[in-house]
Amino acid sequence: MDLLINTSYFLAAALFILGLKRMSSPANARSGIVWAGVGMLVATLVTFATPALHNIGLMIVAIMVGSFIAYVSAKKVAMTDMPQMIALYNGMGGGAAAAIAAVELVKLSSHSDINMGTTALTLAVLGAIIGTISLSGSIIAFAKLQGLIRKSWNFNGQQFLNLGILAAVLILGVVTIFQGSDTSLMLLAIFFVLAFVFGILMTLPIGGADMPVVISLYNALTGLAVAFEGFVLGNAAMIIAGTVVGSAGTLLTQLMAKAMNRSLANVLFSGFGSKASSGAEEEVEGSMKAIEAPDVAVMMAYAERVIIVPGYGMAVAQAQHKVWELTKLLQERGVDVKFAIHPVAGRMPGHMNVLLAEAGVPYDIIYDLDEINAEFPQADVALIIGANDVVNPVARSNPDSPIYGMPILDADKAKNVIVVKRGKGAGFSGVENLLFFMDNTRMLFGDGQKMASELIAQVKEF
Amino acid sequence: MEGFTGFTAIYIFMLAGFVGYEVISKVPVILHTPLMSGSNFVHGIVLVGAMVAMGHAEGTLELTIGFIGVALAAGNAVGGYVVTERMLEMFKSSKG
Repeated sequence: MDLLINTSYFLAAALFILGLKRMSSPANARSGIVWAGVGMLVATLVTFATPALHNIGLMIVAIMVGSFIAYVSAKKVAMTDMPQMIALYNGMGGGAAAAIAAVELVKLSSHSDINMGTTALTLAVLGAIIGTISLSGSIIAFAKLQGLIRKSWNFNGQQFLNLGILAAVLILGVVTIFQGSDTSLMLLAIFFVLAFVFGILMTLPIGGADMPVVISLYNALTGLAVAFEGFVLGNAAMIIAGTVVGSAGTLLTQLMAKAMNRSLANVLFSGFGSKASSGAEEEVEGSMKAIEAPDVAVMMAYAERVIIVPGYGMAVAQAQHKVWELTKLLQERGVDVKFAIHPVAGRMPGHMNVLLAEAGVPYDIIYDLDEINAEFPQADVALIIGANDVVNPVARSNPDSPIYGMPILDADKAKNVIVVKRGKGAGFSGVENLLFFMDNTRMLFGDGQKMASELIAQVKEF
Repeated sequence: MEGFTGFTAIYIFMLAGFVGYEVISKVPVILHTPLMSGSNFVHGIVLVGAMVAMGHAEGTLELTIGFIGVALAAGNAVGGYVVTERMLEMFKSSKG
């Protein structure tokens, strides 16, 4: 039986790595997730054959409950809401790793004759801390992206409070390691609650724009927690899968932070919102100038080069299909249309590409920041639809701004800038956008999809 | 639990760490979101551990925690799979 189980786990670990490998090229990406899925299925089924496994009936109920909820929510979620769902499922994984640690620690606490070994105990405690932080932090990340929590919480001494709680968690962890089976249940309870609270407090002050980086970080942390608990249980598949995700997730986190020109420490500890309050107060020169759809249609129909800058707002308005239709119309008139994608357009690197792919926009007219920025000065019209922070010139000009230094699309250098926007509010980061007040900018107020439809109707008439 | 000696585990940690780094470092930006989702699915393997932990749980407290752990882990695995598959499927259709 042992041989069957170990062989299956080995097979699962190999399938995970091969699956991730296949997922790294678009041509066979889909088969990658299927491979990894087969590995997961085999590993799960064979675990039922573990010797002396009790509570199987309840276990099946638990699996069914968890699977059902996740399946229904995952099938229903819109592509635009993908990042927060990933956060949620990731939090579940972190919670599960913490639960494994909790079961082992409670068992240790209630039996004086069990000896776990210092290494295993240390890793169990570390996994418990990381997993719990990942759980509560991911829940907050989900709530923020879903719009359930709109504010960033900042107060004086917040860093010290967080640091204090973290220190308390670590001390309790060390005490647990030293006390071993003498650890009381009460201490364990306080330990887990404090770790949970720390995850919440650590994530609350982080601004929505930085959230993808944080989700990616928690993803890596969950992987690490899983690897640690894998050691505790003597399960090689968990160690390998967890560590692979841990290191891959760390690299991905760095790539994202780099795309936003923010260091990870900056994201976690700067308190994005705290500076924004002072930056947003700054006086803005000029005023927003509105324009109507027919005028924009004329401008675009007779332009030579148009660059469209899509943002998350476009996807929320479900306007990507209309925008693609508009693009085709313009192309028929001989207008050169390009899409400019900021690395963090949408909510994550690549999120906007997924959304445009859904609408059928071909890859060869989609350009990323480095490729397109030199072309904005030659563009007759830059149509900004649903994007905000990624075209805010304040990132170049004002060192006091919280988004200062972030690479942006130089849409302000186009001859005419049209901004399609629903209201006059600030962007996701809460920073006022100077682009909206510039002389060459006109605001087309309205819902993205409605405005795109109107532009299509108007362009058709020429 | 048969366990590993400390050094075997450290070797596994190190090698798996390099594998994860290598797998991601060659990925084009357009696949970052699906890949993050995919790696999120892969750590759903925690389900196996949660099942073992629940399988030797004794008493109401351990059993309750174990139950929650298994349910959460199953959610991680199933949700991660469905979401990733949905995203990657779209990529395929846009190609062909």
